[in-house]
Amino acid sequence: MTAGPVLAINCVSKTFHGEQGATHVLDTLDLTVHDGDFTTIIGPSGCGKSTLLKIIAGLDQDFQGEVLLKGKAVTKPSQEKGFIFQEHRLFPWLNVENNIAADLSLRDPDVRRRVDDLIRLVKLGGFEKAYPRQLSGGMSQRVAIARALLRKPEVLLLDEPFGALDAFTRGHMQEALLDIWQTNRTSMVLVTHDIDEAVFLSTRVVVMDARPGRIKAIVPIDLPYPRKRTGRSFTELRTLVLEKLEHHDEQEAYSI
Amino acid sequence: MAAPITAKGNLAAVPRPAAARRKAGGKWGIFIRGAILPALILALWQLFSATGFISKQLFSSPLLILNQYVELTRSGELPHHLRVSIVRAGLGFVLGASCGLILGMLVGMYRRFEETVNPTVQMLRTVPLLAITPLFIMWFGFGELSKVLLIALGAFFPLYVNTFLGVRTVDAKLFDVARALEFTRLRQMVRLVLPAALPNILLGIRLSLSLAWMCLVVAELLGADTGIGYMINDARSFMQTDIVFVGITIFALVGKLSDSIVKVLEARLLRWQDSYKG
Ligand SMILES: Nc1ncnc2c1ncn2[C@@H]1O[C@H](COP(=O)(O)OP(=O)(O)O)[C@@H](O)[C@H]1O
Ligand SMILES: [Mg+2]
Repeated sequence: MTAGPVLAINCVSKTFHGEQGATHVLDTLDLTVHDGDFTTIIGPSGCGKSTLLKIIAGLDQDFQGEVLLKGKAVTKPSQEKGFIFQEHRLFPWLNVENNIAADLSLRDPDVRRRVDDLIRLVKLGGFEKAYPRQLSGGMSQRVAIARALLRKPEVLLLDEPFGALDAFTRGHMQEALLDIWQTNRTSMVLVTHDIDEAVFLSTRVVVMDARPGRIKAIVPIDLPYPRKRTGRSFTELRTLVLEKLEHHDEQEAYSI
Repeated sequence: MAAPITAKGNLAAVPRPAAARRKAGGKWGIFIRGAILPALILALWQLFSATGFISKQLFSSPLLILNQYVELTRSGELPHHLRVSIVRAGLGFVLGASCGLILGMLVGMYRRFEETVNPTVQMLRTVPLLAITPLFIMWFGFGELSKVLLIALGAFFPLYVNTFLGVRTVDAKLFDVARALEFTRLRQMVRLVLPAALPNILLGIRLSLSLAWMCLVVAELLGADTGIGYMINDARSFMQTDIVFVGITIFALVGKLSDSIVKVLEARLLRWQDSYKG
């Protein structure tokens, strides 16, 4: 956790040119993610979280500013940036192990071994041959995470990955993700609109502002893992993040 | 030759709810109920023919036809003609279907290609095959080439249309995944587009097969010196109604058999599908 930044977002702006004119979505945004960080981005709906994540992933190349991954400019999608979408986006015609392998062959002994390791890591033993339609939402999302991890990414980008899950499953998935992060030490950038999730998981919470999207505050979360949602310091940090979030709404209410 | 060639067939392929099927007495119950009408017709046919109520010469009878089957098989005539027909239909199908598959994929994947090629293909599709047949005979003669090409032409369109349609139904979100995982173009084709379009492609193959078979009959009836179609034509000129019936039923049997093979293939390849309960 001592090395230089794994990700540097420098002065990134983004404007969509739609039919109803231009939408200024991101405004000169700066953010640095250090190796091993667990960064959570939180903000109101439509503030540009997904847009930012797509830019980092290289899925959206039409922006101003620069994104550096380990010092190199991001110009296209690559396996160094694992991307987890809100829906699992598995290939319905491939079973679990083949979905994880995707374009790689399980006949390769090295791939085989790593896929088996990952299946153990995401706790899907016994479901290797199951098809996506036979899996629950949480299981599917774990397959998607394993698929990204197989590519040994420098950073894992997660766009509201648990948003579609029920509260109970979401809790489990959060613990599973922490487990993966602590085992693998992959840097994580997670987008969420759930304050509880942000405080529970991350080493710091980035609070975003809407229209145009920019960073309003960064709240470091210096709580030891595993965290207790009911602890006093947890609740305090939760309140702090909430205050930072709402601060904006008041201002806007007055300025209009 | 206005066979249905779009994916509308999909609707017809929707399996009946399993519960309804089970309630009606299982597989055998269904089989027996389906067999009652044909059995009745065969029995009446045999009866009328044997009592002289209808002409044996014109209408033959089930037993006479069965007898003819045995005769023709023993003499080796039937296997010979059948082999020739199957080779013709097979060659034509492989030629037409592979062109349809490849062109359908390209047209589906590249808009430029679609804009260039699709209008022409759609225009050609509206020309009745029977109307082209004389041209084919003039250009390629009565030999194997004109027959195989006619069959290929018939087999081409259904697979082309359905492959094209299948590629267009691929979930665009999965393309993002393929990009993020850095699939090569080839991998994207083989691991994403082909499997996603497979339900439509298989439907196209079934329609192509039946059309190939139909074109075979046309080609062989118009002029050939071997093949089941020739056998039928030859028998007609000698008023051998039993042999005509043998030819017709053989066409039906082989057509049904090839369709069943693709259906089995469908059941295995589309196991991953939600809706497939076959
Ligand atoms: N393809 C697009 N074309 C035009 N506007 C877009 C497009 N994608 C997103 N937007 C706009 O950009 C803003 C931010 O979107 P998004 O990044 O998805 O927000 P978030 O993920 O924070 O909810 C929204 O106001 C949305 O309307
Ligand atoms: Mg979003």
